[in-house]
Amino acid sequence: MNNKLGRIIALYRDGFKSMVVGRLLWKVILVKLVVLYALAKFFFPDYLRANFSTDQARADHVLAALTQAHADR
Amino acid sequence: MEMEILSTVNWARAQFALTAMYHWIFVPLTLGLSFLVAFFESIYLKSGNEEWKKITKFWMTLFGINFAIGVATGIILEFEFGTNWSNYSWMVGDIFGAPLAVEGIFAFFLEATFFAVMFFGWERVSKKFHLFSTWMVAVGSNLSAMWILIANGWMQFPTGMAFNPDKARFEMQNIWDVFLSPVAISKFVHATSSSFIVAALFVLGISALFLLQKRHQKMAKRSMAVAAVFGLVASLFVAINGDESAYSVAQRQPMKLAAMEGLYQGSTGASLVAFGVLNPAKDVGDNQSEFLVSAKLPGLLSLLATRDFNGFVPGINDLVAGNPAQNIIGANERVANGKIAVAALAGYKEAKGRGDAAGAAAALATFNTYQGDLGYGYLKNGEAAVPPVAATFYSFHIMVVLGSLFILLFVLVLYHLKKGDIENCTNLNQASFYALFFGYVASQAGWVVAEVGRQPWAIQNLLPVGVAATPIGSGNVQATFFIFLILFTTLLIAEIGIMVKQIKIGPEA
Repeated sequence: MNNKLGRIIALYRDGFKSMVVGRLLWKVILVKLVVLYALAKFFFPDYLRANFSTDQARADHVLAALTQAHADR
Repeated sequence: MEMEILSTVNWARAQFALTAMYHWIFVPLTLGLSFLVAFFESIYLKSGNEEWKKITKFWMTLFGINFAIGVATGIILEFEFGTNWSNYSWMVGDIFGAPLAVEGIFAFFLEATFFAVMFFGWERVSKKFHLFSTWMVAVGSNLSAMWILIANGWMQFPTGMAFNPDKARFEMQNIWDVFLSPVAISKFVHATSSSFIVAALFVLGISALFLLQKRHQKMAKRSMAVAAVFGLVASLFVAINGDESAYSVAQRQPMKLAAMEGLYQGSTGASLVAFGVLNPAKDVGDNQSEFLVSAKLPGLLSLLATRDFNGFVPGINDLVAGNPAQNIIGANERVANGKIAVAALAGYKEAKGRGDAAGAAAALATFNTYQGDLGYGYLKNGEAAVPPVAATFYSFHIMVVLGSLFILLFVLVLYHLKKGDIENCTNLNQASFYALFFGYVASQAGWVVAEVGRQPWAIQNLLPVGVAATPIGSGNVQATFFIFLILFTTLLIAEIGIMVKQIKIGPEA
């Protein structure tokens, strides 16, 4: 069991060590993930989660949006 | 205020279109090249010829580059749902939760296990297990796409659900109706098989470049043979499935089909437009000609849409104003029905609020009668249900014309490979190289048809984009639109740069 686990760890460890193009690609992936995380954090709040504390309040808000068209007439 | 909301909706649509289209640059190559790599490696295992191993490793490297650059670009779409499309997200959460969760689990296990074996395991696992891992990556990537396309299929043909007026949500009633929806299956088959064509053209194009440069000719010819067969089989599959898709669209989204063909006045024995220039002055209900110039194939549209050369295909005018002779209820009447549904929903909410159970039950009964037209209740008039005709029409015809030319290209490449003179066919190799780019054009055009053609709906007939959007200012959406434009363009330049470098190095790397 330990031997198998060791082989799996070695597969990843040696694989990462011997990467050539992969090193550059991992850098691209990491930079991209950091940028995406920052964008999500600062520009993409979950509107309903940020503005309403319960599911019922969220449902009421959406229902109000769906029936607003009737109220506007 | 109304103008501000309209502006936000349009910026949110533009942002979604931008991110989805950029995301779709990376996805089709992943879906198709994964299978081609599996074919190359299968030939290596069967033949034992080390040349095939070299070929496999070369294309696997390009596959890895595309995958790495494209990975996580789809996450942005999920950010946008929560911020720009919060009403829609809330309403579909119960339906989309299951397929998107399965997709996430699939993607994680696939990427964490078989990807590692595929790239790191050449000398560490048996040849058979390595090949198994490569096939698993191919099958897994495509299955991963399936869950997304099930979600998209549901938006085009909502089924297996019921609307809960207390929670303002569509709730899943039958998971199999959602998973096995004919639209979802058709979308999955069409999107994946067309992606196989994109990948086949990619391999063909780069191999043709090698032949033009007189480099790696043996490897190029072997790659071309596999890619051309794969591309030809996929093309024939797309053609058959495209026919099925057209029939499905005719039954469930007739307005989209009418826009795809620029058909305003419905008829029996309707013609398929082989070539046409739309009349930009043409409007719904007027008597102007639909086309400035056109070449049509008589009866073929009826055959595609109804399986009968003489079947009736409704045009935009029929679908807006209605056509009692053909039992077609027009969008104008559906707008009136929709407004009854919206009023009944408001009445239900008010009755519940004041504890009037009988009033709530009566309002709910009315709502249930008209809820199939709920979305029309938010439209100003029937004409608002017409999608942008020019974008849908031209995208559809670009896709079909390019798809037909690709079949010809695959046949010619196979013919000259068999004849043994492909390296001398300069024009054909140049055409193969340029076809690489046109493969992406056709693939993107397909999505324009699918998504622009179903406007104004976020959920077909039930929720227009205007109500699906979040009531926020457009400033943030505009800012992030340009941030994404820069981010994605940078990623695309990075991908092209790294790929070109790797292609220059060739299979010796």
